[in-house]
Amino acid sequence: MEKELSSATQFGKVCEILDRYDRDPAKLIPILQAVQEEYRYLPEEILTLVATSLNLPPAKVYGVATFYSHFTLTPKGKHIIRLCDGTACHVKGSTALLDAIRKRLGLTGKQQSTPDLLFTVETVSCLGACGLAPAVVIDDKVHGQVTPEKAVALVEELINAEA
Amino acid sequence: MDEKKYLTIDGRQIAIEGERNVLEVARKAGIEIPTFCYHSDLSVYGACRLCLVDIAGRGGVASCSTAPEPGMVVKTSTKQIRAMRKIAVELLLAAHDQSCTTCYKSTSCKLLDLANKLGVTKVRFKPGFERMPLDNSNPSLQRDNNKCILCGDCVRMCQEVQGIGVLDFAGRGSHSRVVPAFGKDLKNVECIYCGQCARICPTGAIIPKNEVSKAWELLDNPEYKTVATIAPAVRVGFGEAFGMPVGTDVTGKITAALKQLGFVAVFDTTFAADLTVVEEAEEFLRRVTAGGTLPQFTSCCPAWVKYAEQFYPELLPNLSSCRSPQAMFGAMAKEMLPKLFDVPREKVKIVSIMPCTAKKFEAQRPEFSRDGDRETEVVLTTQELIQMIKGAGIDFNAIEPEAMDLPLGFKTGAGVIFGVTGGVSEAALRYAYKKLTGKNLANVEFKEVRGDDGYRRAEITIGDNKVRVVVVHSLSNAHKICEEVKAGKADVDLIEVMACPGGCVGGAGQPVYVGMETRKQRAAGLYRVDRNMQLHSSEDNPYVKEAYQNILGTPNSHKAHELLHTHYQSRKRIQDEDVLVSGSDEAQEKLPVTICVGTSCFKRGSQQLLQELTDFLKENNLQDQVAIKATFCHERCDRGPTANVDGTIMEKCSFEALRAEVVKRLRSAVAK
Amino acid sequence: MSNISELSKDLGHRVIICAGTGCVANGSLEVYKAFQDEMTKAGIHLIDTPDHRTPLDGDQQGLHLTKSGCQGFCQMGPLVTILPQNILYCKVQAVDVPEIVAETLVKGNILEKYLYLDKSTGKHCHGTDDIPFYTRQKRTVLANCGLIDPESLPEYLKENGYDAARKAFCDMTPAEVCKQMLESGLRGRGGGGFPTGRKWEMARIQPGPKKFVICNGDEGDPGAFMDRSLMEGNPHCVIEGLMIAARAIGADEGYFYVRTEYPLAVKRLRKAVEDAMAKGILGKNIFGTEHCLTLHVMEGAGAFVCGEETALIASIEGKRGMPTPKPPFPAQSGLWGKPTIINNVETLATVPLVIRDGVAAFRADGTEQAPGTKTFALTGHVLNTGLIEVPMGTTLRHVVESVGGGVTHDNGDPGGTFKAVQIGGPSGGCLTAEMLDTPLDYESLRKVGAMVGSGGLVVMNDHTCMVRIAHFFMQFTQNESCGKCVLCREGTKQMLALLDDIIEGNATAETLTLLEDLAHAVSVGSLCALGKTAPSPVLSTLKYFRDEYEAHVFHKTCPAKQCKNLLKPTIDAKKCVGCGACARKCPVGAISGERKKPHVINEALCIKCGACAEACKFNAVI
Repeated sequence: MEKELSSATQFGKVCEILDRYDRDPAKLIPILQAVQEEYRYLPEEILTLVATSLNLPPAKVYGVATFYSHFTLTPKGKHIIRLCDGTACHVKGSTALLDAIRKRLGLTGKQQSTPDLLFTVETVSCLGACGLAPAVVIDDKVHGQVTPEKAVALVEELINAEA
Repeated sequence: MDEKKYLTIDGRQIAIEGERNVLEVARKAGIEIPTFCYHSDLSVYGACRLCLVDIAGRGGVASCSTAPEPGMVVKTSTKQIRAMRKIAVELLLAAHDQSCTTCYKSTSCKLLDLANKLGVTKVRFKPGFERMPLDNSNPSLQRDNNKCILCGDCVRMCQEVQGIGVLDFAGRGSHSRVVPAFGKDLKNVECIYCGQCARICPTGAIIPKNEVSKAWELLDNPEYKTVATIAPAVRVGFGEAFGMPVGTDVTGKITAALKQLGFVAVFDTTFAADLTVVEEAEEFLRRVTAGGTLPQFTSCCPAWVKYAEQFYPELLPNLSSCRSPQAMFGAMAKEMLPKLFDVPREKVKIVSIMPCTAKKFEAQRPEFSRDGDRETEVVLTTQELIQMIKGAGIDFNAIEPEAMDLPLGFKTGAGVIFGVTGGVSEAALRYAYKKLTGKNLANVEFKEVRGDDGYRRAEITIGDNKVRVVVVHSLSNAHKICEEVKAGKADVDLIEVMACPGGCVGGAGQPVYVGMETRKQRAAGLYRVDRNMQLHSSEDNPYVKEAYQNILGTPNSHKAHELLHTHYQSRKRIQDEDVLVSGSDEAQEKLPVTICVGTSCFKRGSQQLLQELTDFLKENNLQDQVAIKATFCHERCDRGPTANVDGTIMEKCSFEALRAEVVKRLRSAVAK
Repeated sequence: MSNISELSKDLGHRVIICAGTGCVANGSLEVYKAFQDEMTKAGIHLIDTPDHRTPLDGDQQGLHLTKSGCQGFCQMGPLVTILPQNILYCKVQAVDVPEIVAETLVKGNILEKYLYLDKSTGKHCHGTDDIPFYTRQKRTVLANCGLIDPESLPEYLKENGYDAARKAFCDMTPAEVCKQMLESGLRGRGGGGFPTGRKWEMARIQPGPKKFVICNGDEGDPGAFMDRSLMEGNPHCVIEGLMIAARAIGADEGYFYVRTEYPLAVKRLRKAVEDAMAKGILGKNIFGTEHCLTLHVMEGAGAFVCGEETALIASIEGKRGMPTPKPPFPAQSGLWGKPTIINNVETLATVPLVIRDGVAAFRADGTEQAPGTKTFALTGHVLNTGLIEVPMGTTLRHVVESVGGGVTHDNGDPGGTFKAVQIGGPSGGCLTAEMLDTPLDYESLRKVGAMVGSGGLVVMNDHTCMVRIAHFFMQFTQNESCGKCVLCREGTKQMLALLDDIIEGNATAETLTLLEDLAHAVSVGSLCALGKTAPSPVLSTLKYFRDEYEAHVFHKTCPAKQCKNLLKPTIDAKKCVGCGACARKCPVGAISGERKKPHVINEALCIKCGACAEACKFNAVI
């Protein structure tokens, strides 16, 4: 019950966000960023509300939400593992890291989140941490010069912590 | 400085005469530069890259987005550019569902045409596109993303010309696609079915829904008396498909062809247009004299009606309650023909030939059915009838014209000009003139309301009265006038709205056309028909008079209302699930409360209502007895905020009222 | 060549902990905390970040402890700099701090084990004055980056900060500012190298009153992080550059558009803008003039194409970041249809130097056509990776061999064999050993089919397959193509498919021809620069490494032995001891042989999975 009531206040959150950005359609992207921060993804009904509140066609809001890779329309896992696949990381073996982590979590390029929504594995084009190549970001912490073994060990740590 | 300025295209000196871009200059000179995404009435998009030309000193630039400058030396077809164009077309074909033989657009597909012209004999690239399901669930249009080449013409048409934005790009890169919001079907979004997207689509990605087989089914069934009726604009668009000059009137030939196809009688929707004039003008005069809601909007365009229902529910009282001519025809025909043919009502089947895709939607509105029997059984577009005629092997050019059947085939010129923007207003003005002055018009042509501007104003003096008229076409212009009306700044009495650019002559069911010239010539064709007719005012139609005498009584009578008028409803723009705010869904014993948080209600404080109710329930420990949902529309936007307590809709709902209702319901539930 | 030590004298006694992304990842925040604790414990007076009233001289008792932006030598991080001695300790961990405080800060002893070891000479280097990585650079734009506290406006002001902006607003007319930029010859550091002064002049002459300035911080090239370092390390100098741009064209509103992957840069820019507003440097009546300037910091949402000017504008307007055809140029009709100039971060960071020190000083470095210095992100198989700055026109050889310390093996050891350097990211090209003497400037690089781009330099050793490198970049561009124009959207997809065929051994002679034709068509026909340059990695590798493509296509071999499908594993009979490990691992039973005798691989059965090579402890599978 608590959880459901809190979703009522969350629904109010999107209104707060809209007000914070003056209901200005030009601020659609910051609004969507704030919505995603709040809800961890962009739920369809919230996007419809955003569209109608900003007086934008819902198709346009959907178009923006699907254009930028930062936005997601499906819930992401609790732990987000982002592998850098920039040039420097690539030439230093980021593919092997990705394979190792995906293998450990049973994920593929198409399926990026574990069914229990504990993990999401993504690649990013460049973190700008090329000096540390290959780099992996786990829950916003950057790990540099990662080997496949080390990457799997980091994942294991999280799995054990969750167990 | 008044001297003409020139540029050189492919070695020819061509004058620059105010053209927006090099492509237009070349077109003027008869040099066709290929393009998918350039249309003079849409913004420049620059995505198809086929219009690339070589300009000395600048290299390859897109001619659609390059302003002509004096002295420019342009080459439209260098080796490099030809190679690029050919590869571009190959790339498009590789990402395109090449089921050309079965494609509706195969004879008018720009992609196929260009592939032929560029000599693409083989696609060297691997086919690669993610197959997407067909969007086929609405009555008017069919969308097939597998044939979409992402030129964005439909997106810009819907956004810029119609001002709606049903379609937009989603995804990125090679995953881009043009879809309605959230990838839903058109049926579940705010599409008004005008079909302008289909008209402008260069391939078969959006097409009018084809119902030719349904028409054949009716004709094949000997139990049915299947009749046809054709809309005004059809007669001037039809001939194009048979190589006749644009705007040629082929009413007689169509009639003959329809009879040959097996229709027992062929009528004219224009007859119903004459009825519409009488009813609508009477309604207008009554509003004026009785102090009714003004200004009055016309209601014969079904796309406009759906638009108003979705976007301007507060203006629905301003809409004329008159049905469209198609719907009036259906009602009258179903009333008269059973007696005439001596068959039960449901055995008379009406096939309506329309320049329009939205008419397909209109015909299946529940208001226009009786006991499940549709008044208009099938709506065929002009294009579909052309297909039927060609399919039946009829040599249209050789066929001898025939006259339409009576009584529903008789019309006046006033009804005919319904097919062009300004026509409805003009027809109504002709009627009003006679009604108010008692005199016949010396010159029936009200040139003030004619023209092609999307938003036209005119002030007509009729006797001692002045009628202020606004004529708009394209819904972006309708949006403009609606906002003015809402703001009380419109300064107008009568507003004519046509959703399609140019009115029905520019409808999406007409043969595919590009550029404004075609629809202007079709309009000229309709005015010619009017001029050649004997009667120019609807009230002079003897069969209209007869209908009033025998069936309808007087205009706007009870019977007239039953058969010729209708009502409107607010419509939800996006069909979606309600959001559960509080109280889990599974429990059955809960009182369902839904609060609208759509734009209009939102502005009227529905968010606070939601919060207050949640707080109230929490404070009183009632939260597990009530399931609160947030929805996006109760379709009563003009009376928001609205709440729905287990089926009871509360308008202009205050928290106190809502609380009282909820408590009352909970108590009665406990009592039970 | 370094002028860092000179600057550092101004900064008094202090300990600087590098808090760039790289060092933070290696634990520099823990190191900072440890210094705080240990210095307090040791009774050293800790002076907070100085404000205007605190004199920044060395006479004061006590030490400043500050965090800096990226110092460039990311691979040796966390870096700890101790002033005024200018000692640089590398790879410092929190556990090392007590020792450093006790020995170096209290007693003044230098701890050799934390010093940088120059592997080429075997000597320990004291700091930036003698570490070759630094001495062989010319750090001008980056000079303060890594020294001053990026979150302190007073510290920036102390370093003559905002003097140039003051000069532009108070002592110069917009036309004069544009003229000085034009004369300086500064060219855009973000890619094409368009003269900054000309861009500004174009916007200046447009009718106002509303105009915009935008700082393009959407640095998305894989393998480039110069802009990140500047925004993180010296945000005020970027703000100052944007202010001068606003003055030059008469704009009263501006944006920083920073990619979302750089949260620290966003945070620091936001703080810097707030501080400057609070101080009256931004906002109304700047420097007592009638001019106003409001700056917003906007975070991108993950789209590489937004680095393209028109796409960036669309993104600020809340739209899909899709480029629009030029003309009209943003300088004529940009954000909300108003005249707008967009400059890259490094360009703007250079602007205050040009205004403050004048044209001659700026032109002292670099070439006639391309004056000044340029930062590069040096990465890949090179000994010293990191952020570097050298004068325009410096040769690639100097950068790779001298600053970078030469090519490494895969495991990072020196002595690798140079194969190629990729410059300019996905829009650039790969250059060969023969081209190492190419000067790094716009024209020279363009001539050889590469471009300065945003300045990523990725060094590759001979274990790199050039087809795969082309494939890597094509994958990137294909992912990041906005999808608007046909050639980029479909063309990159098909180029990738053709490269797939080559890598997988399914290519024929026609594949190569088609790839080349397609690459040309895409570069001719695409709408924006992203698309037009997308084929560059393919075209340049086709040009310089054609034999490698041909080996893949005609001989079905990968010379670098990277393409699994083209491997033909054989067992070196001399090395094989016949242990049978490979045979046991082989999933298809393609390996046979008697025990303790050399084994053989049946080529007909082999699926080239590589399991045998992994299993062999004697490197006998080749």
